[in-house]
Amino acid sequence: MKLSEIIKKLDLVVLNAANEDEDIKSAYASDLLSDVMGNAEAEELWITMQTHKNVAAIASLKDIPAVVLINNGKPDVDMLEHANLENVAVLVTNLACYEFCAKLYNLINCEL
Amino acid sequence: MEYLFEIEGANFSVAGNASSTIKRALKQRNVDPAKIKRIVVALFEAEINVVAHADHGTIRVLIEENQVQMFVKDYGPGIEDVDLAMSEGYSTASNSVREMGFGAGMGLPNIKRNADVFEIESIKGLGTNAHIIIYL
Amino acid sequence: MLMNEIIKLIDARSVCGDVCTLSTDDFEFAFASDLMSDVLRLTYDKTMLITGLCNVQTIRTAEMAEINLIIICRGKKCDAQMLSIAKDCDICLLETDHSVYRVCGELYSYGIKPLY
Repeated sequence: MKLSEIIKKLDLVVLNAANEDEDIKSAYASDLLSDVMGNAEAEELWITMQTHKNVAAIASLKDIPAVVLINNGKPDVDMLEHANLENVAVLVTNLACYEFCAKLYNLINCEL
Repeated sequence: MEYLFEIEGANFSVAGNASSTIKRALKQRNVDPAKIKRIVVALFEAEINVVAHADHGTIRVLIEENQVQMFVKDYGPGIEDVDLAMSEGYSTASNSVREMGFGAGMGLPNIKRNADVFEIESIKGLGTNAHIIIYL
Repeated sequence: MLMNEIIKLIDARSVCGDVCTLSTDDFEFAFASDLMSDVLRLTYDKTMLITGLCNVQTIRTAEMAEINLIIICRGKKCDAQMLSIAKDCDICLLETDHSVYRVCGELYSYGIKPLY
């Protein structure tokens, strides 16, 4: 599913210039950076409540096109700066992790 | 009733043992479960702070007729700016602490939320003293 | 709602406690997080925790937050110390190879409500 459609259907706030044509097939929800480093797949959406700079760095290393900050998370200034440099989209939802994952999972899997 | 615990810095495998002991003691005294939860959540966060940041520390808990008092003293780096540390999301935790599931800057705000009285004083380079009271 | 069905739905293994003896009335809600201070904020007890954090602190946090079912995701395995503390605290543990994301999706479709 196109990132633009996910943004629209799940009411995500876009904090920087996102590549909205990106095709998203799955997501990875984690607040542990080592798990994301070890297990997340490229082109997955990363769902987290971590808001520090390393999040943008790891997303870029793992070819993760977009990070969704749950609970209306506010990225640290240097996280956003880094995300801009690395072309990682930073998106925000007011939902908590469980509900956001659930809605995204059902949205993507209905389409497949 | 008075309880005293020695807390070892960086030893996450026993972190929480003090809070667990206090939880059992409060249950035995038939304290209201909602109060127990507030007490042990505040104490557990304080205990984790000692393990995450300090070289070592002590926890003294006084279970009294009308209140529970907790004195948490640590020998660690101290907190440079207590007001800043109290704000949501502010953290100086190391990456390894973050990978243990802590250090997201929610610990002190969580203690404050649960405590009736929460006083904290810190001397940089020496350590931090916290005093938490929850009324029964 | 049957706990057995939940186990099947997420291909889980029960590694501590007899989950099936629990009533699903105990688990109206689910909450997913790897950050324990986030879990310690829960004000409602009848909640299951879905997490990728697999260490002693996961169990201690559940003990303090009055959570009695933890679903450990991402193929992580509980060690002996975790199992022993969970047993003492009457906490049931399920392990699954699926991701937190997928487990959330499946449980939500099954009717487990979000806490927030």
